[in-house]
Amino acid sequence: MDYVPHTEAEIASMLGDIGLASLDDLWEAIPEALRLATGDFDVRPGLSEPDTLAEVERLAAANQSLLCFAGGGAHDHEVPATVRRLAFRSEFVTAYTPYQPEVAQGVLQALFEYQTLLCRLTGMEVANASLYDGATALVEAVNLGVAASGNQRVWVSDRVNPQWVDVVRTFAAGTGHQLEIGATPPDGVGVVVVQSPDYYGVVGQDITAPDGAKTVAVFDPVALGLLRPPVADVAVGEGQPFGTPLSFGGPYLGLFATHMEHVRRLPGRLVGETVDTEGRRAYVTTLRTREQDIRREKASSNVCTNQTLIAVAWAIQLSWLGTSGLRDLALRCARGTRYTREATLAIDGIDAWSDAPVFREFAVRLPINATAVIERMAEEGFLAGTAIGEDAMLIAVTERRTRDEIDRYVATLQKVIS
Amino acid sequence: MTGAARSIPLMGGDEEPTIFELSSPGRRAASFRTTDLPDWSAEDLVPAALLRPAPVDVAEVSERDVVGHFTRLTHRQYSVDLGAYPLGSCTMKYNPKACDDAASLPGLANVHPATPPQYTQGWLELLLALGDTLCAVTGMHDITLQPPAGASGELTGLLLMRAFHADRGEAEQRTKVIIPDSAHGTNPASVTLGGYETVTVPSDDRGCVDVAALRERLGPDVAGIMLTNPNTLGLFEEDIVEIAAAVHAVGGLLYYDGANLNAILGVVRPGDMGFDIVHMNLHKTFAVPHGGGGPGAGPVAVSERLAAYLPGPLPRRAEGGGFEWFTPEKSIGRVHGWHGNALALVRAYTYILLNGGDGLRRVAEAAVLNANWLRHALRDTYDIPYDRPNMHEFVASTTSLKKASGLKAIDVAKRLLEEGFHAPTTYFPLIVDEALMIEPTETESPQTVAALADALIRIANDPDDAKDAPRTTPVSRVDEARAARHLIPTFDARP
Repeated sequence: MDYVPHTEAEIASMLGDIGLASLDDLWEAIPEALRLATGDFDVRPGLSEPDTLAEVERLAAANQSLLCFAGGGAHDHEVPATVRRLAFRSEFVTAYTPYQPEVAQGVLQALFEYQTLLCRLTGMEVANASLYDGATALVEAVNLGVAASGNQRVWVSDRVNPQWVDVVRTFAAGTGHQLEIGATPPDGVGVVVVQSPDYYGVVGQDITAPDGAKTVAVFDPVALGLLRPPVADVAVGEGQPFGTPLSFGGPYLGLFATHMEHVRRLPGRLVGETVDTEGRRAYVTTLRTREQDIRREKASSNVCTNQTLIAVAWAIQLSWLGTSGLRDLALRCARGTRYTREATLAIDGIDAWSDAPVFREFAVRLPINATAVIERMAEEGFLAGTAIGEDAMLIAVTERRTRDEIDRYVATLQKVIS
Repeated sequence: MTGAARSIPLMGGDEEPTIFELSSPGRRAASFRTTDLPDWSAEDLVPAALLRPAPVDVAEVSERDVVGHFTRLTHRQYSVDLGAYPLGSCTMKYNPKACDDAASLPGLANVHPATPPQYTQGWLELLLALGDTLCAVTGMHDITLQPPAGASGELTGLLLMRAFHADRGEAEQRTKVIIPDSAHGTNPASVTLGGYETVTVPSDDRGCVDVAALRERLGPDVAGIMLTNPNTLGLFEEDIVEIAAAVHAVGGLLYYDGANLNAILGVVRPGDMGFDIVHMNLHKTFAVPHGGGGPGAGPVAVSERLAAYLPGPLPRRAEGGGFEWFTPEKSIGRVHGWHGNALALVRAYTYILLNGGDGLRRVAEAAVLNANWLRHALRDTYDIPYDRPNMHEFVASTTSLKKASGLKAIDVAKRLLEEGFHAPTTYFPLIVDEALMIEPTETESPQTVAALADALIRIANDPDDAKDAPRTTPVSRVDEARAARHLIPTFDARP
């Protein structure tokens, strides 16, 4: 089933118009030795729509649904019908990057509202129009910090999501940044990266950056419904909790906000308000001279296509939550987490990983191997958490988990470890 | 020709207030699941010093307000579903609806990425099958699906290049990456982030890489070359075999920018041309919708000698049956927090199943036929700087029209919006003056392509009318200079 509308007669007529005898004549410029012979293209023939969907449904059915108590950078939050319906509107889904603002006010205004919401949440002055995910947003923040400080020594707290640190390390191979990971930042570093709530769910740890260092704070947008915003040069986070299902890890959303003093180093697109020739309010991508298509090898980043649709869904969901709903959401997560933590720690053999206050996630020490616990719990229908080392596990509780689900989880965990 | 074509301009000429202006204190849309959990207060849960003094001022709106607001915004937005979108190099083809449905299946969409692999066998099988197919399409050996966009794929490819040379003790020696002057801006930006220096090679008078100039730049300090083929002029690099041999002879690698892969599906493969590293833009060639600027997906496929460096984890068949994750021994590491833009990958896989190898070949044929037909239709009206058989796109120019009547590329673009079409890419590639880069794609019918040609000819014949365009769009020309000079990046920054 292809989507080429041309009939045989139309193809013949078009070929005639341009003086060609057959479709094969279209490939004149390609050296003949390179052209694929019939049968050399090893891709199976096309299927009808129902046959195709049956095949994808078979694959979907081969994944088993588990009740989610896992976090670690991906969280099982509710996506309301409003968001699902609006973000699937084809005007948002099938548009391109807003290069022609006169016919792209819909996407541009939605992104302007996204930027505003992100700044209100983080207390920052300027936010870009999205990056790929939290991990790659952190890479961009580190690059901004290095450029602003002129110092390639980058210190990353050992409480930052280790998968994100892996991504930072991958890209440091190209930029030549030197990464140091530890508990307290040494003097002489150019960038300091901290996370709160940290990877282990803990809130409120205090880290002072050495003089001259630029600070990058990894935040959680749900936690900011209740907690004070970060104090930093750049704030980055994973936007998935608002508007995006777990999705096996993507597409997610890199949140990136900073102060006006860094706006010339902002990666990716930025939408600004302006007017049209009749003085009407209008929106347009702006400060474009930072970007790769104009600045080329001197650009602030190579980002082009980003995650616009996910950013629009994020803005829709946050609007739907509203001022009081956002606070309620955060409170509900913290309540479920407290309840689960107390019940889990009451199990004989399970110990607290830390006594510090937590928000939506907490770590425990287990009497047996964490991977084994997760596998046994999965047999019982639970995604118990994520392993952090041999005998420790990270557990996340969102507003979706009910008391009944949590009680069953705890009872099963008790059975599994005993 | 029988069969009508239709294109209409957008409606919605009235300003839409922001969501913040719709806010009314106390109004609310949100509701939550009943959990029966204790209703501890914020102070019970978190130390008071960490709490926000006041809630975040989001907006206070009803669900009806939210739905009305964002629906009205969609009425101020052009999209592929509304009409033709001939943006060169962007491949704005039709996005089949079955792909949306596939990516919405709960068995795919509701899976946590850290779920143990025995519970995500369907996902692993899908990713492996997609990767295998993309390798077959490109003629490559192995692949990573992690890069979430084309630019991310480029940088991943450059880091693979770096790891390959480092493994041979040539990291210090090889400092340069060559790119043509017609390349996308992401290429040089990625080269810098990959730790390399960009060396530009000029195009010859036929619009292809100047092979003699390339040879002058080749040496033991070259890590590789990045090429788009067909290039951004829509022309196939006819000397590609000679180029590949010359680059390989000095120990360099060839990187294929897959932005224009749509033109050659089932016809010729980058691997057969001699490329070592290939990225694909699944949001162009494989119909993942562009989403107003993402999410896309930028998988990177490599030849056998580079497979050991790929980012992990990668899916593979397990020895005892089923599927598992593994990380190659010399992996450069992760390039994404999880497994890439997974649901975008589902859309691309669904598209490939629908089309099959036979359908993908027809995609290339119709894309190239449409573009050549349109070039022929416009050649008596517009300058065609490289007027010879093109692939999926071609570049026209208003240089002569500008001399005669002042008509600039931007005027044509803005006037075309009034005709109900999206504009072509303008002022790119940089080597063409007053460039209009036009890619009709294969999913536009001959009638639509003819209507587009008629509109472009009409515009050229009435240049004065174009200078005030667009007038029928939701807003007229916007003041871009003012946006940059008096930056208003948020609603709260308004004067």
